[in-house]
Amino acid sequence: MTGLFSEVFLSALLFGAVTAAIPLLLAGLGEQMSEKAGVLNIGIEGMMLAGAYLGFVGAFYSGSLWLGFLTGAAGGVAVALIMALLCVRIGLNQIIIGIALTLGLEGLTALLHHFQFSRSYPRLPAADATVIPLLSDIPVIGAAFFKHHLIVYLAVALVFGMSYLYRRTQLGLNLQAAGDKPAALDVAGIDVIKTRTIAVLTTGALAGLGGAYLANVGAGLFIPFITNGAGFLGIVLAMLARGRPIWVLFGALLFGVCLSLTTAMQVAGINIPTDVIQMLPFLAVMIMLVLFGRRASLPAALGIPYERGAR
Amino acid sequence: MSGSSSSSVAGRDIVALEGVTKRFPGIVANDSVDLSIRPGEVHVLLGENGAGKSTLIGMLSGLQQPDEGRILVDGKPTPITSPRHALALGIGTVFQHMMLVPTLTVAENLLLGGPWWQRPRSEELETRVAEITSSLGITVKLHAKVSELSLGEQQQVEILRAMVRNSRLLILDESTSMLTPKGIEELGALMRRLVEQGLAIVFITHKLKEAAAFGDRISVLKLGRKVGEIPPERFRALGEQEIISEIVELMFGKQKDDPEAAQRPTRTIRADAVPLLQVADLSVAPTENAPGLSSISFDIRPGEILGIAGIDGNGQKQLAEALAGQRAATRGSVRLEGTAIDALSVGERRKRGLRYLTDDRLGEGTVGTFPVSINFFLKQVGAAPFWRSGVEQRAEIDRHAAELVREYDVRTPSLKTPVARLSGGNIQKVLLARELAEGAKVVIFNKPTYGLDLANTLASRQRIRDTAARGLAVLLISTDLEELLVMCDRVAVIANGAVVGTVENTDDARTRIGRLMIGLAA
Ligand SMILES: Nc1ncnc2c1ncn2[C@@H]1O[C@H](COP(=O)(O)OP(=O)(O)OP(=O)(O)O)[C@@H](O)[C@H]1O
Ligand SMILES: [Mg+2]
Repeated sequence: MTGLFSEVFLSALLFGAVTAAIPLLLAGLGEQMSEKAGVLNIGIEGMMLAGAYLGFVGAFYSGSLWLGFLTGAAGGVAVALIMALLCVRIGLNQIIIGIALTLGLEGLTALLHHFQFSRSYPRLPAADATVIPLLSDIPVIGAAFFKHHLIVYLAVALVFGMSYLYRRTQLGLNLQAAGDKPAALDVAGIDVIKTRTIAVLTTGALAGLGGAYLANVGAGLFIPFITNGAGFLGIVLAMLARGRPIWVLFGALLFGVCLSLTTAMQVAGINIPTDVIQMLPFLAVMIMLVLFGRRASLPAALGIPYERGAR
Repeated sequence: MSGSSSSSVAGRDIVALEGVTKRFPGIVANDSVDLSIRPGEVHVLLGENGAGKSTLIGMLSGLQQPDEGRILVDGKPTPITSPRHALALGIGTVFQHMMLVPTLTVAENLLLGGPWWQRPRSEELETRVAEITSSLGITVKLHAKVSELSLGEQQQVEILRAMVRNSRLLILDESTSMLTPKGIEELGALMRRLVEQGLAIVFITHKLKEAAAFGDRISVLKLGRKVGEIPPERFRALGEQEIISEIVELMFGKQKDDPEAAQRPTRTIRADAVPLLQVADLSVAPTENAPGLSSISFDIRPGEILGIAGIDGNGQKQLAEALAGQRAATRGSVRLEGTAIDALSVGERRKRGLRYLTDDRLGEGTVGTFPVSINFFLKQVGAAPFWRSGVEQRAEIDRHAAELVREYDVRTPSLKTPVARLSGGNIQKVLLARELAEGAKVVIFNKPTYGLDLANTLASRQRIRDTAARGLAVLLISTDLEELLVMCDRVAVIANGAVVGTVENTDDARTRIGRLMIGLAA
């Protein structure tokens, strides 16, 4: 058991926690925006997978991580477009379409990967970190939090950007109205369908980016089903966060720690079956739900397609 | 309504409807309706519940498209394609059902609709609102959440919103239903001022007195068809009583003098009877924007109707909810038939015979997407005979529901129609039927007749009287003083969450209640 609380172990654990948290954070922030606008986006897992696959392909062939993030986000948006068309515009059941998209993308990305790389799993070179001067010299914390890829800091900054958007901008008001009382937004002269479409596409972009980060930076490679429920964790985070981006961040970090513990415990050579360790994040979900599930307050019109003039 | 009359005046209409028809599954909501709306006129639209008034408004505000016929704006045929389009044309609407986002503040609701790239212009709004409210004589709490306002206050916010937008046609769909007599008068004066400035107003109401007092032109709808119109020249030549009797004839086809005037009740209640409901020292903590209740006490004996008068938003809703068990009391006791029920839940209170008819019909009263039939038994979900071992007994439910539909004259295409599709008045009938069902002992009515047409108002009042006559105790909360005077045995006046006086309903009750309401001793 030596070394369990050593500096190296702790900072590796926390570093891993941040890396694991970023995709959850992006997915959670994205889902939060859809839900705010009244769309329950179960397809987010599929959007992440599309992002992971296209993100990896983009980075692999171009050699640029940033281009990979871009293609990843575009992949997420492409899936989100289908969701927006079917669920927002035509008004089909959001849960059914969401599940269909997720299942469809699981199959499609695995298939495409198989065609392209057959049974090999090529790796990307390790992502270069943006080291923050001074802060990164702090023991434990420095190595854990301030030696990440630039996109990590941007993702955290996005939390505050989202808070500002929701609280201080007209678009923020529109989004909330679209989720709580779409008819009121409509008669105020704002197109509910458009507002919800914007929200769903943004979700796609963020989820796609999260997937790309997961593959390109977190793992450095793409394997089928790589997201492994990250999108669903994002949904849980969004539901527990009561519309507040900062809570998505806290939640993502908490889950990140659990996910990272899984690896760190193996590194530390602790003798617990890996299956048990790998249950940890999901155990954490259950505990969170039991503790805070009742706090979740969802928009009144969540999951209900809007149709003008219908009553 | 011949074609010649509409074309000769088209030049002067801001908006005109020509042969507009709108159909919904199973119903023709508007059948070839012609209407001319002119600047400088208050055009009153009258009609029974379900006559198609709101549907007509829906087409003017871009929510619905006509199936046949056309809408002319400034003389040009103009399909109004969206609410945004309607606003751009200068048509501002206060809808019958609340169109405010409950989770946003009043200010945020007023700001809704600005260009999305802009920051909300709060300062600009505040000065604009200050201007309008001072000329309107109302106060609004700009920073209160809408969910914390009473329905009356919400209605004021909606009127304010239409004003903020500088509409040239202002449509008010039953906007007086939640206002006090004073508020209604003020709204009338305001409408007068606005039309003098050249605005056009469409005003929907069920109160014929308001129609006669505020209107310039009256159109009457019946079963979707326009059955008559009183143009301004005729209107001015007639006195109030003549107008009212003409309208009544148009609407109901039979002559009646002031139909709302009824005799004061002459019930005899045994003074020594044990009160069915005893409320002592009931207090509720105030929230940020709603008053609490301070030390409210009263008794209601079997067969008695106790009225609660007062300006909306003075704790009426809190009182009703505290009695029904939906709101926690900080102090005091409530006794039903002598036993304390303070510790009982909403469901248990209901089971013991305490019924509450909410004024929020669509919000908490019904589940809009559920069929009419299920809504009748919403509070008995899971209980026999309508559910057995958790299984819905469709036949049983439908049989009872059909009976209730007949008995309460609910106008619905079918039992399966989602309740939200019914017109406002018919939703209320569903609620009435449900709450007065077996086992009721004490019934709390919160604004039971708001939004009901005359026939339904009279019928509902008769039902409430019958309820009392059956030996039940009735608490009747209303902002309509006339209603309280024709219904109640005693009237308590509530102000700021406290009962400021209780008056026996004798000949001078009107003035005594009035004095209490404006803060004088009775
Ligand atoms: N979107 C809709 N779908 C189906 N039926 C509808 C719809 N809107 C209105 N109706 C039906 O059309 C008829 C007219 O309704 P409308 O709301 O216009 O009546 P109203 O005159 O405003 O009545 P009230 O005084 O009760 O408000 C009613 O029978 C109603 O059930
Ligand atoms: Mg109506």
